[in-house]
Amino acid sequence: MEEYGAGDLLSEAMCAGARVVVVEDCVEAPAAFVLHLLLKRALAAGGGGGGGAALLALAQPFSHYDRVLRKMGCNLSMHRKSERLHFFDLQGFPGGTQGGAIADSLAQLYSAVQRVVETCRAGENAGRFTVMIDDVSLLEVAANGSADDVLDFLHYCVTLTSEMNCSLVVLIHEDIYSSEDGVGLLAHLRYIADLVIKAAPLSTGLATDVHGQLSVVNKGMLIEQRPAKGQKVWSFHFKVKENGADFFYPGSRH
Amino acid sequence: GLVVVAFDRSPEVYLDIMLRHGLDSNALSRCVRILDCYSDPLGWKQNIRSEQHQEDSGTPCSTNKDTITIFRSVKDVDKLSCSIIDLGRGFEGEGKTYFSVAVDSISSMLRHASVQSISGLLSNLRSHDQISSIFWLMHSDLHETKFSRAFECLSTMVACVEPEVVDSVYGEERRGDMSFLEHNYSKAKFHVRLKRRNGRVKHLYEELCVEGYDVKFISATSVSIEVNQSLLPKVQFNLELSEKERSDRANVVLPFEHQGKGEPIRIYDGRRSLPEAHQDPNLTTAALLDETEALKSANPKGEIHYLRDSDDERPDSDEDPDDDLDI
Repeated sequence: MEEYGAGDLLSEAMCAGARVVVVEDCVEAPAAFVLHLLLKRALAAGGGGGGGAALLALAQPFSHYDRVLRKMGCNLSMHRKSERLHFFDLQGFPGGTQGGAIADSLAQLYSAVQRVVETCRAGENAGRFTVMIDDVSLLEVAANGSADDVLDFLHYCVTLTSEMNCSLVVLIHEDIYSSEDGVGLLAHLRYIADLVIKAAPLSTGLATDVHGQLSVVNKGMLIEQRPAKGQKVWSFHFKVKENGADFFYPGSRH
Repeated sequence: GLVVVAFDRSPEVYLDIMLRHGLDSNALSRCVRILDCYSDPLGWKQNIRSEQHQEDSGTPCSTNKDTITIFRSVKDVDKLSCSIIDLGRGFEGEGKTYFSVAVDSISSMLRHASVQSISGLLSNLRSHDQISSIFWLMHSDLHETKFSRAFECLSTMVACVEPEVVDSVYGEERRGDMSFLEHNYSKAKFHVRLKRRNGRVKHLYEELCVEGYDVKFISATSVSIEVNQSLLPKVQFNLELSEKERSDRANVVLPFEHQGKGEPIRIYDGRRSLPEAHQDPNLTTAALLDETEALKSANPKGEIHYLRDSDDERPDSDEDPDDDLDI
């Protein structure tokens, strides 16, 4: 993740090398703002290579992200035109290929993503590319509940991270899986992830100044991901604002 | 030699780990082969390349061409089995060469094939005369218990890494707070269950400590100490015994240990003791007489011999004098 304009707790916890980031949230503490923040950082021009992003959007149309990120000071339409941002509108996924197998549709989707990443890498931008999926729970629904197919697709996206200097950020709704009998997508994703960002409500209930708590677990699998102080788990509070979000340790807010 | 069947991580990661632990690249190319089931397990990338009429680029890293072999059909367990054996046969050596197989991980394999076919694969490999050992990783929380058990039954040794701090201790109070994980990411409990040929099962307990790239094992001196350390809550008063307290406890004479020091043995049966009863004005003479009668009728010739167990005895010592037998 680029650290442009960041000196906040979230970027400190994430450090630069995280490749597979899984963001977990629930109804009481939605974490879409984390995706918006990471998307903004991925597209921000910093130093030499700018990097690019591919957003696989099942949850919202482009206009929604455009509006939200505009308030955060990031012009998605401009990035889309200049091909820094590749937007995949998957609200109707898998769409017309109902007759074919879900696996084939996902394979085709992967093929499109890989092509985008290769094109970007071949160009002058040698910076980190980010593939973002909003969100995996909806992808599972689109795949008619077939977690295995979704996991295959995600595995291929993960291979992109090791082969092509790419990051993968996925959002998953943790509360959907909490009452499941069997092991769902969530458990698998937690194993695959290098970094887990979990948003949860405060145990004390609703508050105006604090919208929830964020736990960041940095597994530090590869040497470049190890956080400087050796700390692996970070826990702090957040407040979502129009133009971004504030992160602070409990009790340090005035 | 070693054949690594890699599902979860890219082959370079394993080579890197081995290099870090002291294996030089010559030794690696002689003794290690990696079956790459990570890069393109279902052949999607190959399909893309053939659609774009590109040449098959083969292995991702040309310097490791001999060491890494890509495998593209993970759902075909028979083919997988043949590929593993072929790779193993390729090790050079004088006479018969033996090799080991490492699978990372069975959990990933189970997403593509059934438990029966994978058990079959492991049994086949096990009975192959050139394979000296097989070891695999399984994430027990990703499967139903019966499947984990099935694979445990196949194995002669099961090593479990268990968390030191368990989530349920905190319950719902700290929902979302994962700070207890900090401890779990560097320390864990390591429990090994060994099945010996004579059928006996041996247990070993250790503590695992991860520092950077190194993993250290610290043997736990006894099971009971381990249990105490993890169950004792952190409170402001001392719940443990000091040495003096331990020796005092050892010196206490239990009521049923002695045969009496000349006094009549009074076994407390819930009724008040006789001297107290005399002083109580409410008790009738009849009741008092009853109590006295009961005492007198106790058989004075009965004796109880009590031999106290040693306090120092450790629970369930695993030492079996028959361990050396190799029948």
